[in-house]
Amino acid sequence: MRISGKIGLAICGAIIGIISVALVAFGNPLNMGFCIACFIRDIAGGMHLHTAPIVEYIRPEIIGIILGSFLISVARKDFNPRGGSSPVLRFIIGFVVMVGALVFLGCPLRMVLRLGGGDLNALVGLLGFACGIAIGCFFLSQGFSLGRSYKATRLEGTAFPFMTILLFVVFMAAPSLFLFSESGPGSMHAPVAISLLAGLIVGIIVERTRLCMAGGIRDIILIRDFTLISGFAAIFVFTLIGNLITGNFHLGFADQPVSHSAHLWNFLGMVAVGLGSVMLGGCPLRQLILAGEGSGDSAIAVLGMLVGAAFAHNFSLASSAGVGPGIGGKIATVVGILLLLAISSIITMRNRRADG
Amino acid sequence: MVEIDCRGLSCPEPVIRTKKALKDNADGLDVIVDDRAARENVPRYAEAAGFKASVQEEGDGWRVKIRK
Repeated sequence: MRISGKIGLAICGAIIGIISVALVAFGNPLNMGFCIACFIRDIAGGMHLHTAPIVEYIRPEIIGIILGSFLISVARKDFNPRGGSSPVLRFIIGFVVMVGALVFLGCPLRMVLRLGGGDLNALVGLLGFACGIAIGCFFLSQGFSLGRSYKATRLEGTAFPFMTILLFVVFMAAPSLFLFSESGPGSMHAPVAISLLAGLIVGIIVERTRLCMAGGIRDIILIRDFTLISGFAAIFVFTLIGNLITGNFHLGFADQPVSHSAHLWNFLGMVAVGLGSVMLGGCPLRQLILAGEGSGDSAIAVLGMLVGAAFAHNFSLASSAGVGPGIGGKIATVVGILLLLAISSIITMRNRRADG
Repeated sequence: MVEIDCRGLSCPEPVIRTKKALKDNADGLDVIVDDRAARENVPRYAEAAGFKASVQEEGDGWRVKIRK
């Protein structure tokens, strides 16, 4: 039986909140028990795709999430190899989502974790995120769609989870092949076994409940459905409680861990993430889960995020903690949003014409 | 009975298409889905909108029967 509905999502959110606080206690950076964007970025650095020295590590949480989703979906016969729904566009959207997240300094999940730590900059991000989702909902209601996906072979569906296992095996067997930060956020991490286990648990429960950070706000706007938002709310509440217990709650804008107070860019960065997430059919966390369930389209979006992260650091698009984005990051954010708007508009207009 | 084919579409698109189609077909309609999320979300939406919904397996997916 699938754990569905508000109660299942609330329990799932509570577990994610508790695990996130625990991961920080075990060594992850503050307010970064999980951050899909930051962790994919760290993996990009660990694999030499960029060489920003403070953000390099093969984060086992990401590997665990994909594998947890893969294993539970196979066990529960949910594994569903599919693909062919505008893969190149999904790659580009994933790329833009990553750049937006790295300008804000966090994916939607970390945004909520930051809120639970008292970081008010994340509230500005949340406004931008909701705004981006609202724009995406407008296009969806007007007929936007990246098109149908089609059945794929089991080999195709298994390829991405398998590569994830391969990465982990090589990481364990020959760590010297990879780069590891000696200082900064990349150097701060929980022990590998704990990170992997945390990822596996989150991968399993999110696959079962289909929790999505963007889906909650989207469903409220589109169909007045408050089911998915309950997971989002539970993550916030339990992170807040956890941070209050562990003494990691500090309310304010200034001096928040791995963040900045360039409000306009926090806002616009998350507009890109919100809009892109709606276009992709789910937030970065959800893309990992879907990739584990055999979606080639989501695997391509994740690869777009990986490459986007590498570009974000190779071309100084990512914000610096405490400072904010440079000129490159600002231009990339605006261009990224315009690109998403252009893709949405073109597809929506074409679909409306096709519908007559 | 009117039938809409939402196979290959990921949520929330099947729900949006159902919502739109129900405006023109107030007596109800059938929605064909092959995504587990859609299989749960389409009936949930229909029931929230005041219809009765039932689901039966069909081929590789499901037929969601929405009736007044």
